[in-house]
Amino acid sequence: MELLANLALGFQTAASPMNLLYCLVGALIGTLIGVLPGIGPVQTIAILLPTTFALPPVSALIMLAGIYYGAQYGGSTTSILVNVPGEASSVVTCLDGHQMARQGRAGAALTIAALGSFVAGCFATLVLAVLAVPLSEVAFKFGPAEYFSLMVFGLIGSVVLASSSLIKAVGMIVLGLLLGMIGTDVTSGAHRFTFGILELSDGIGFVSLAMGLFGICDIINSLEKREKRDILKTKLTGLWLKKADLKLALPAVLRGTLLGSLLGILPGGGAIISSFTAYMIEKKSSRHPESFGKGNICGVAGPESANNAASQTSFVPLLTLGIPPNVVLAMMAGAMMIHGIQPGPRVITSNPALFWGVIVSMWMGNVILVLLNLPLVGIWVRLLSVPYRLLFPAILLFCCIGLYSVNNNTFDIGLTALCGFLGYVFHKLECEPAPLILGFVLGPMMEENLRRCMLLSRGDPTVFFTRPLSLTFLVLAAAMLIVVALPTIRRGRAKAFTE
Amino acid sequence: MHIRHPKDFLTGVMFIFFGAAAMAMSVGLNIGTAAKMGPGYFPFVLGALLGVLGAVILLRGVAGASGSHEWPILQVKPLAAVLLSVVLFSQVLLPLGLLLSTVLLVVLSSTASHEFRWKEALVNAAVLVTIILVVFVYFLEFQIPVWPAFVAGRG
Repeated sequence: MELLANLALGFQTAASPMNLLYCLVGALIGTLIGVLPGIGPVQTIAILLPTTFALPPVSALIMLAGIYYGAQYGGSTTSILVNVPGEASSVVTCLDGHQMARQGRAGAALTIAALGSFVAGCFATLVLAVLAVPLSEVAFKFGPAEYFSLMVFGLIGSVVLASSSLIKAVGMIVLGLLLGMIGTDVTSGAHRFTFGILELSDGIGFVSLAMGLFGICDIINSLEKREKRDILKTKLTGLWLKKADLKLALPAVLRGTLLGSLLGILPGGGAIISSFTAYMIEKKSSRHPESFGKGNICGVAGPESANNAASQTSFVPLLTLGIPPNVVLAMMAGAMMIHGIQPGPRVITSNPALFWGVIVSMWMGNVILVLLNLPLVGIWVRLLSVPYRLLFPAILLFCCIGLYSVNNNTFDIGLTALCGFLGYVFHKLECEPAPLILGFVLGPMMEENLRRCMLLSRGDPTVFFTRPLSLTFLVLAAAMLIVVALPTIRRGRAKAFTE
Repeated sequence: MHIRHPKDFLTGVMFIFFGAAAMAMSVGLNIGTAAKMGPGYFPFVLGALLGVLGAVILLRGVAGASGSHEWPILQVKPLAAVLLSVVLFSQVLLPLGLLLSTVLLVVLSSTASHEFRWKEALVNAAVLVTIILVVFVYFLEFQIPVWPAFVAGRG
């Protein structure tokens, strides 16, 4: 019953009044920012990263995890109420959720989204707790060759499933890896690509890059679109579900939870794929497939449970192997590194209180979201009626002040503007910034392992193919690339993306 | 030469540029050997890989069959107003202090919107100044200069 002891340790950490408060604050401001149209979890985390810097690592991670769920929950709220998905994973929620809102069932839709997420969160936390120890023990047997190949596999996996143009996404990974090289080389002490700028000797700040590519760039894009939002004027009445609704939605919640927990663990899996897959499954298995898209509650319950389960289980590869499986987790990895914690199998043994504390706080975050956010829905809705022309200068301002507070210098603010410009160029050229962030986070680790491995093998690159585990990862990575590059599947994928 | 997919073509150009720049700068860094890699080794390899990927994308942009045929459309006003206001903020924060910098940032960035109105932007700035004074300066006690340097007597 080591698991129980571990969870008890986690409860001790997470339930301390201070950490509980940070979990609460994180969930609240995460929702607050996540509710704003067009701002999903990635943007929210990018914008709010600096607010956690003053805290001790455990509290900071707990607060960030809270921000993450809050933002995701905020995203489903906007999807349901105003048909504006904050991020790709809540696009699916728009389909039936907004239709339900139009029929006056917004309350039921919001409640099932929250309850589904809660059930999924509980189950996924358990999955995480059970898998963490054995997986991190496996990871300890990895040498540098295995690690390098695993990272290749993880990076390829993250773009194969989630990108529309594979070759561009691979290019973005490589560019991200290169950006990660900027700064002082750990082994030799040489300054790389710093252009003689002193502030760059520590590398590009993760916050600047993330905030520029996601925060600033998204503001510019939203301003270009000049879209008018139609705000739902109907009053929210009755958050409670009818018994019939619950009976209909419960199996969907369970299916979504299982599916999401499974897909979340895979590299490149996570919230987006699982919500889409869950929707397909619900529609295919339903007795009334024609009612989907017209306000079927299963179309909200399944995907919402799936994306929450997945967003939680996707912590498994990060915390046990040190590989972020998607961009949100790359943000978490970046945040951990800023706090001096290298994500990976060592966290669990060297810092068990932190590890189990964060895991338990995820569950608590879900409880807090259900208890607090459902009553607060009215306030979130009112926030949505604030016009964008007043909101975006405020977001910019908070970004700038946050950036200044990271290092108490103004260089980071200018650097962020530059990253924002880069993000704008990427957007115009239809290159996704997510793979770049993943590459950026993994870059230094990848180089270190490559160097160590080649040093041990005396420069013989065949070592990656003679060690069975390493070979397996590389073969899997190659297989994924080939499978996706095949024309028949490409057509199928294009169809899946347009659907 | 007719460019069929401008976005792919330009992406290719961009990747080749970054790849070539990385390779050129890595050469100056000491590349080393595979067994004893210098600081330039990995970036050089990455640069080469990026260049190759860029070339493939570029060729696809010229000759490929599928994809969009549109040139990217740029709108100068939102881009310039947002970026300039952020850069301006970074430059004036220390000499002018948080109060004036905030007003400048909010008003300048507001012009990016097609619904810009002077009066509204100024009111918004006033509200935000109050909020940040209370939240960041008073409650969170951020170490950040509030007043202009010549008023507060900072050199």
